[in-house]
Amino acid sequence: MSTIDHEKYEAVIGLEVHAQLLTESKAFAPVKPEYGAAPNTQVTPLCLGHPGTLPVVNENLVRYIIKMGLATQCDVADKSIFARKNYFYPDLPKGYQISQFDTPICYDGFVDIQLEDYDKRIGITRIHMEEDAGKSIHDQDPYNTLVDLNRAGTPLIEIVSEPDLRTPQEAYAYLSKIKQIVQYLEICDGNMEEGSLRCDANVSVRPRGQEEFGTRTELKNMNSFRNVERAIHYEIYRQIELIEEGGEVVQQTRLWDTSKMQSRPMRSKEEAHDYRYFPEPDLPPIRVTEQMLTDIREELPELADVRRKRFIEEYGMSVDDAVTITDSRYLADYYEEVVDHLGNPKSASNIVLSEVLRVLNEKSIDIREFPISAERVSKLVKLKEDDKINSSAMQDIFNEMLVKDEDPEEMAKEMNLIQVSDSGFLEPIVDEIIENNPDEVQRYKEGKKQLIGFFIGQAMKASQGKANPKLVKDLITKKLND
Amino acid sequence: MSVTEKEVQYIANLARLQLNGEEVKSFADDMNKILGYMELLNEVDTDDVEPLEHVIDLESRLRKDEAKEPLSHEDALKNAPDADSDYFRVPKVIE
Repeated sequence: MSTIDHEKYEAVIGLEVHAQLLTESKAFAPVKPEYGAAPNTQVTPLCLGHPGTLPVVNENLVRYIIKMGLATQCDVADKSIFARKNYFYPDLPKGYQISQFDTPICYDGFVDIQLEDYDKRIGITRIHMEEDAGKSIHDQDPYNTLVDLNRAGTPLIEIVSEPDLRTPQEAYAYLSKIKQIVQYLEICDGNMEEGSLRCDANVSVRPRGQEEFGTRTELKNMNSFRNVERAIHYEIYRQIELIEEGGEVVQQTRLWDTSKMQSRPMRSKEEAHDYRYFPEPDLPPIRVTEQMLTDIREELPELADVRRKRFIEEYGMSVDDAVTITDSRYLADYYEEVVDHLGNPKSASNIVLSEVLRVLNEKSIDIREFPISAERVSKLVKLKEDDKINSSAMQDIFNEMLVKDEDPEEMAKEMNLIQVSDSGFLEPIVDEIIENNPDEVQRYKEGKKQLIGFFIGQAMKASQGKANPKLVKDLITKKLND
Repeated sequence: MSVTEKEVQYIANLARLQLNGEEVKSFADDMNKILGYMELLNEVDTDDVEPLEHVIDLESRLRKDEAKEPLSHEDALKNAPDADSDYFRVPKVIE
């Protein structure tokens, strides 16, 4: 029934990403920001909002956010202040969240995102520091809301993009880029499903060519990368259809419902918030010195974009392969370790892209959990390169290595897979095959040369997979052509 | 600048305070007096003056990122008006 031309419209999207920092202690209190701990066991009087307590800034809150700022080409303010964001909610015992308002510590940056057929630069408006609230549980007790304050005070950074994104795919690519950067910097684990990376989206639409923005809505509750893409897609279509039917977009917050695959407006009972921000009197300004910036700059790792380009130039890798391998810092590290051992970038990328990645995907694990070290995998590849094993043996040994921590060569011997390149052993086998298959020999001689594969297969079988296929081929060809 | 009674009620609501009509009137008067007094400051030219966020001229001392012993679970819940064995308990919050 829909005859709406969606192409007439263009979407304008901006993302607000919260990243939980991987610090040893909370933003303003010296206690672990631990997840999964028993409720209300990782708290101090400060986290509980007791009177008389005072916050002290965790140096890594400042250092980590500066890392993020530098990695996204931001300016870093030499002086910035904290502000109180005031609202009442049971999981916010102080009655305010310590955040930053008009002096974010990092501002005016950008990231470059790569899409299938184009690249695009997305502006970053600001990155600021804040603390997380506790957790409210509404569905465990029929009469009460239960509150766990372990998370209260966990350090967060909020990364606000410019409204530069135009499609759900761009939003997805941008979010993936942010995740990649925080993981490279090791400041956040980037796990959306577990909530250590969270994303809200501001979405509006306007007729193509119009300068002015349309009325926007804010999307929340999208707890995976795919859901961010889906929710934005849904919202763009909803707004376009509304406008085409003569309606108007209402500025509102909408919650994404994964089970229904649609969004619904948040009940407007929480009327327009009035946070009454004011400077946090308990915390003096943060001063960032040149020395601090220099030190932090030196600690920055080589980031994915730079590394990808280097892999293409230095190792002659294809763009796609380089994108895949540099997506994770640890996979790229692993790859380079294999290159160091083997001295051969091509065979290193072969094993990593085929075998290693296959297992990582099958088991949904990270390379850091992968049981075969770069050194051992290199030894295995070396066996193949030295013609001691053939490729099917390499595969078998690789699979064994996943469960056994032994030397690949020892394993090859144990599994009886060391390749036989001794023609004294192979000749009788080949002779026998030729004798037993006179029909095939006849057809081969009449020109059906593809049958060579059949003979090799028979020889491999007869040698229990140990024969060197190249040698077998040479032997057979020679004998059949005699 | 003058504060209306409606604004007083709005602010009271944000602060979760319930004021009766008389109190609203009296707070409106007080606030207007305070703001009126503050208006004196408008006579000063502050164009070249940096905003002052803190009266004491200090910079934040940063704390080393180290975790110490948390409060014991029992102590954490001890002063709560209501709690079960794990959680603080508050009246049901309807989302």
